[in-house]
Amino acid sequence: MDNAIIQLNNITKKFDGEIVLDDINLSVKKNEFVTLLGPSGCGKTTTLRIIGGFETPDEGEVYFDGQLINDVPPFKRQLNTVFQKYALFPHLDVFENIAFGLRIKKMDEKIISGKVEKMLELFNLKNYGKRRIDQLSGGQQQRIAIARALVNEPKVLLLDEPLGALDLKLRKEMQHELKAMQKQLGITFIYVTHDQEEALTMSDTIVVMNDGIIQQMGTPIDIYNEPENAFVADFIGESNILDGIMIDDYLVEFLGQKFECLDSGFGRGEDVDVVIRPEDLDLTPVGEGKLEGIVKSVIFKGVHYEMDIVANDYEFLVHSTDMAPVGTTVGLTLTPDDIHIMEKGE
Amino acid sequence: MVKKYLSKIYMGIIFIFLYAPIIVLVVFSFNESKSRGNWTGFSLKWYIELFHDHDIRSAFYYTISIALIAAIVSTILGTISAIGINSMKGKVKALILNINYLPVVNPDIVTGISLMILYISFNMRFGFNTMLLSHIVFNTPYVILSILPKLKQLDVNMTEAAMDLGATPLYALRKVIIPEIKPGIITGFLMAFTMSIDDFIISYFTKGEGVTNLSIVIYSMARRGVRPTINALSTIMLVVVLLLMILINKRSNSIEKKKLKREV
Amino acid sequence: MKNRTKYFAYPYVVWIILFIALPSFLVLLYSITTKESNGLTTIHFTLENFKKFFNPMYMNILWDSIYLAAISTALCLLLGYPAAYIISNTHISRRNTLLFLCILPMWMNMLLRTYAWMTILGNNGILNNLFSLLGLPKINMLYTRGATVMGMVYNFLPFMVLPIYTALSKMDKGLLEAADDLGANKKTVFKKIILPLSMPGVISGIIMVFMPAVSTFIIPQLLGGNKSMMIGNLVERLFILNGDWNFGSAISIVMMLIILLSMSIMNKFDVDKEGGARLW
Repeated sequence: MDNAIIQLNNITKKFDGEIVLDDINLSVKKNEFVTLLGPSGCGKTTTLRIIGGFETPDEGEVYFDGQLINDVPPFKRQLNTVFQKYALFPHLDVFENIAFGLRIKKMDEKIISGKVEKMLELFNLKNYGKRRIDQLSGGQQQRIAIARALVNEPKVLLLDEPLGALDLKLRKEMQHELKAMQKQLGITFIYVTHDQEEALTMSDTIVVMNDGIIQQMGTPIDIYNEPENAFVADFIGESNILDGIMIDDYLVEFLGQKFECLDSGFGRGEDVDVVIRPEDLDLTPVGEGKLEGIVKSVIFKGVHYEMDIVANDYEFLVHSTDMAPVGTTVGLTLTPDDIHIMEKGE
Repeated sequence: MVKKYLSKIYMGIIFIFLYAPIIVLVVFSFNESKSRGNWTGFSLKWYIELFHDHDIRSAFYYTISIALIAAIVSTILGTISAIGINSMKGKVKALILNINYLPVVNPDIVTGISLMILYISFNMRFGFNTMLLSHIVFNTPYVILSILPKLKQLDVNMTEAAMDLGATPLYALRKVIIPEIKPGIITGFLMAFTMSIDDFIISYFTKGEGVTNLSIVIYSMARRGVRPTINALSTIMLVVVLLLMILINKRSNSIEKKKLKREV
Repeated sequence: MKNRTKYFAYPYVVWIILFIALPSFLVLLYSITTKESNGLTTIHFTLENFKKFFNPMYMNILWDSIYLAAISTALCLLLGYPAAYIISNTHISRRNTLLFLCILPMWMNMLLRTYAWMTILGNNGILNNLFSLLGLPKINMLYTRGATVMGMVYNFLPFMVLPIYTALSKMDKGLLEAADDLGANKKTVFKKIILPLSMPGVISGIIMVFMPAVSTFIIPQLLGGNKSMMIGNLVERLFILNGDWNFGSAISIVMMLIILLSMSIMNKFDVDKEGGARLW
């Protein structure tokens, strides 16, 4: 593909006989913010390391800007990595850490100085040049790690769960900063995380992975609204997943009732998975909803109430700004738009 | 509290036990007469005799030069080898480490005679070189021992980060790995140097005619009986070791202080 | 990159084969061959050298070495455990000083430390002169087995204190509080919690003292005279005086086996995997 700056074709990787990546095909466009999302062990970090050159695939090809780079060592690749634990050099001060890559390129001292100072300003770390790494906070170290990578003006930046060690508030701030930076610098970012909220916040494209296979690839909205299988539906956001039967196009039966929906193309009488997002369920007075249930638990979450409501023997997870006390009977309602049909998973 | 009082007394007794002999040694180095039991007056004559003793002077020269050369060589050899060994894994690595630590584990006497047998089997002439060689052999494992843990502690991502930023493996080695393990290298060097200065048994079996070291000289003198010149020599060696230890202590303390200062 | 750096070790591998593995192999070779009376070595494998060792004269030396080493170890334990305990309970500001004072003797030349006792125990030494001053009879202390034990305890005491201290200091103080909370008195706490938890350090200390004690030859030679011949002396004599390398090598192999056995026991209880000072 012309626009693809990174292309992975049929990448397979084994560790000690176990398959970690199984025939991965991935195309990353220029200036895109791509996130590899998945649980621990899904292969996302391995994929990133293969792109970075720290692992070699057992099968398949890696292309960078149209060139095959399978055998190119990391120090010759035009990309840079931000490591999970930052990997800052303790024996060098902040300035020297950031300047490390530039010094290797044997740039003029004045130019190096200029670039490093600009980076420090960009990250609000002016005058920190002489500080030692062990004197910095986690957030500051993290920014130095990113600065150290970006100062080399790579075409692609690889980030391996860089925000994992930060507290919630800082993490959210950094998410916005990173996104803004990416847009401003016009660099391709390939980001690895297990935090689906993070992925939804920052990405242009999300690649959901599990067990070494790409489960789904798409925009955040697509992934969230149209999960293609039970894993993605379960991993992204919270969902209620029920067993259902497709009666006909646009008509599905579950929990003993028929509901109109917007999906078609399934066989008549086919078993399917029905996905309903907790925030799509609304509370109504008894008798006015499509379903009726008893409230089992209520937790106040600030933004909404999280309730477990049992209706027709299924325990629904409901997010609503309305509330009904434990033990009361309520009605639940939903529109055809809220029902997502997926092929039956394993 | 009674307990604290008893504890203090006990530790006092232990320290008297540990240091009394040494203090006696030092005190009697200044004794006028040869007697080890009677104090007859202050004198420096044993020290003067020490400086005129040719055997002791040459032993001193050999001790220091062998210790210095052996320490330097084994530090270089040990550092490079430790880096190599750290990159290995599995049974081969375990085997190499086990053989490497044999001189550490074996009684000196076994190491000494095994090397002696080796040199004789290869028809080597005993002398400065055989003693030096032996010192390098038993020093290097200690250097490796003090560097390997530092290498293991090294964040594996650090070399990757260096290469990611464009460093060739050699550049990463020079500019990232070695500065990081420098404390281990220095400790290794000091350990090797100290081991060599102190060594008796291995040197005893692998030296040649005309080559000797301080420990061997003391041994031969002591076998013939007690002589105050040995006391004088002991005192000097003690003072040197004490100064070295204070120096090392101060150095590590000042490093600590510098660290604290920057954090403020 | 890792694949490249492992080549760094290759020269050293050659080195240790040449200077560690080969010499050990040669010792083994000598131990299982004999010398013809005309001086030529026959490549004739035999266990004769080992059998020779089973002669009561040599067996006595072996048992004596083990016996003296064992007594010294026991004394070191008796003296060292309380010391380690006290240090571990000292406030951290003074702990380092105490440890420093314990370690300092280890840095002094072992010959000097042994020689120091010669001056003290001798017939004209400090103690005996003190005795005669007080009107007491002189005691013959030097060149006795007791002197050898004294020398060993003196030299090796720090090796017992350090591992026990390490084990005690690494103990989770929270355990003591928990025991307290559950109603245990001081004696019970010591017996049921502190002592068992310090066992790895104790085992470590025992081995670290026993190993050098059983194989030393300086101490028995300078302090014990002819009264305590240990296997260290025997080996030295066989090589230097008698030139009987075959027998000497056999005994060396026996010594190595004793040491390796002790080491494998220690590895099971390893408290602190630091190298530590050389022992003997």
